[in-house]
Amino acid sequence: MSTNSGTIRIYVPKDACAIACGADEVAEAIAAAALAARQPVEIVRNGSRGMLWLEPMIEVVTDEGRIAYGPVEAGDVDGLFAAGFLTGGDHALRIGKPEEHPFLAKQTRLTFARCGIIDPASYEDYRAHGGYRGLERALTLGPAGIIEEVKTSGLRGRGGAGFPTAIKWKTVADAKGDQKYIVCNADEGDSGTFADRMIMEGDPFELIEGMTIAGIAVGATKGYVYTRSEYPHAIWAMEKAVEVARANGMLGANIAGSPYSFDMEVRMGAGAYVCGEETALLDSLEGKRGTVRAKPPLPAHKGLFQKPTVINNVLSLTAVPHILADGGQFYADFGMGRSRGTMPIQIAGNVKFGGLFETAFGITLGELVNDIGGGTATGKPVKAAQVGGPLGAYVPTWQFDLPFDYEAFAAKDALIGHGGIVVFDESSDLAKMARFAMEFCSVESCGKCTPCRIGSTRGVELMDKIIAGDRVTANLATLTDLCQTMKLGSLCALGGFTPYPVLSALNHFPEDFGAPPRVVLEAAE
Amino acid sequence: MPHYEPWSDERARAVIDEFAHLEGPLMPMLHAVQETFGHVPDAVVPMLAEKLNVSRAEVHGVVTFYHDFRHEPAGRHVLKLCRAEACQAAGGDALAEHAEHRLGCKLGETTADGRVTVEPIYCLGLCATAPSAMLDGKIVARLNERRLDALIAEAQS
Repeated sequence: MSTNSGTIRIYVPKDACAIACGADEVAEAIAAAALAARQPVEIVRNGSRGMLWLEPMIEVVTDEGRIAYGPVEAGDVDGLFAAGFLTGGDHALRIGKPEEHPFLAKQTRLTFARCGIIDPASYEDYRAHGGYRGLERALTLGPAGIIEEVKTSGLRGRGGAGFPTAIKWKTVADAKGDQKYIVCNADEGDSGTFADRMIMEGDPFELIEGMTIAGIAVGATKGYVYTRSEYPHAIWAMEKAVEVARANGMLGANIAGSPYSFDMEVRMGAGAYVCGEETALLDSLEGKRGTVRAKPPLPAHKGLFQKPTVINNVLSLTAVPHILADGGQFYADFGMGRSRGTMPIQIAGNVKFGGLFETAFGITLGELVNDIGGGTATGKPVKAAQVGGPLGAYVPTWQFDLPFDYEAFAAKDALIGHGGIVVFDESSDLAKMARFAMEFCSVESCGKCTPCRIGSTRGVELMDKIIAGDRVTANLATLTDLCQTMKLGSLCALGGFTPYPVLSALNHFPEDFGAPPRVVLEAAE
Repeated sequence: MPHYEPWSDERARAVIDEFAHLEGPLMPMLHAVQETFGHVPDAVVPMLAEKLNVSRAEVHGVVTFYHDFRHEPAGRHVLKLCRAEACQAAGGDALAEHAEHRLGCKLGETTADGRVTVEPIYCLGLCATAPSAMLDGKIVARLNERRLDALIAEAQS
């Protein structure tokens, strides 16, 4: 709203993606241009709305609401002022009201409802947009009531495994321990995923609220957010929000005047992909090598420092405030089959309209890649999409009718993972991508189990031979066999799921591996 | 350009002590040591072992496990190029080759004049505006040859 003093409010995102596209320079240019024009402005650094191809997307508050412009470069700012953008004037970069843009209008935003709208560092803004309603209701329900509500919602772990969150919480609530912990897995290492980063940068209080509710539900008084050194902006935003929440009595002793106490810290990894695996993460938090633990014991019984621990993904925990505020049933009414609620899907790679698209489960991959993502950025036909990060399968275009649903993906030997989609055009060589999958596994393996540690190295060697055309048929048979061993014999998903990208690439695009093409193989069957 | 302090026993102990009150303090300590000195010197290993009452081998094991911790100081500037799938799909391979060619060294190496260390990084989370890179903590998306050349020039200056 334009204030009485005539100060105009302008939103310039400080989401890492916007900054990487020049948002800081744009903010400086706006401040300088406004000063020159003697026009008082208030520049608010919000999160991103998730239309990342339009970043930096700036918004100006006018009498008709917020009007967006993007992608804006610092060099565009003088022209925007000349075009009267402070009152929503017309310009080649004018987008109009962001919420009316088809990319946003088609979404169901629950977790990301506030992201890009509020000032992420402002407790008042969070409150004014429905923040802490979930916690308030949680305090009236008490631990058992909270878990019941989460159970009703049907929420499943958004990190990839899809394990029912309420069961995990109940196990920790029932476990005996003088100290229990809530650990948030924010080690979002999958290429093509950035939802955790965006929500931590754009609405960090939501994660704090979710973790606090989890703490009350299971009787934990301490929480850790374990995130990546590659995410400095997310770390700053989270640390700032933790400080502000504490100053407002929403972390620490007797939260919001209740008998419950909960506090939390943000911790940073050090560039080890395997630390996204929950038990490796716990070891890393303890100050050890990020080595995967054998299960049992489950982290719910013996987790951080051998104490009962809830370890949940950022997106699981940030779904919780909404579930508590509006009831589990409201959340469960979205989705399909056993996949309830919404999933913040990330569309990335070689794609025209990349960004964050939160929607109910059930949308097809084709709709996401072609209709919403607009196909490839290069304009060449789509070849495949890798869904679920480095451990996810390459899904070919002829399977793009696949609905976004844990079970539907599993039935096609694919996985949703953390909801990242990386689009590849027809110029990509999937044998090279299969080699990369093996190489990545060999570099990132924690080394504890043989199939992962040695298998991935042998996999790289095999792929080198196959790419060189050396005894292709025999080596492909060995590769397939090796993948089976890794799949069945590895301790965790790193070694266990690396075969997904490798085998999916081979099965769908054998011609890239020097084998007869798929159509020929099918005709021969 | 990042500025690091010269090694000092006393300073190292002070940096470590700052985190002694934490649960599981080793990772924050190692990050702080690296932020202070630019790498994790061997001399810090016995200090940490003594402070945390663990063996030197255990500390060494942790230091060497994580990609972030440097045994040697890096070049004056560090250029990290994202080499993960989304950036590969968006033309990252050609950019990595271009950078290696321009700098005259491979990913993971430092130029002969010690000015630039160029390294792969696996995902900056900027996958919808790929390819991306990071120069001394500054992130850059929508990388193309022109922008990469500008980054390299900045790093070499």
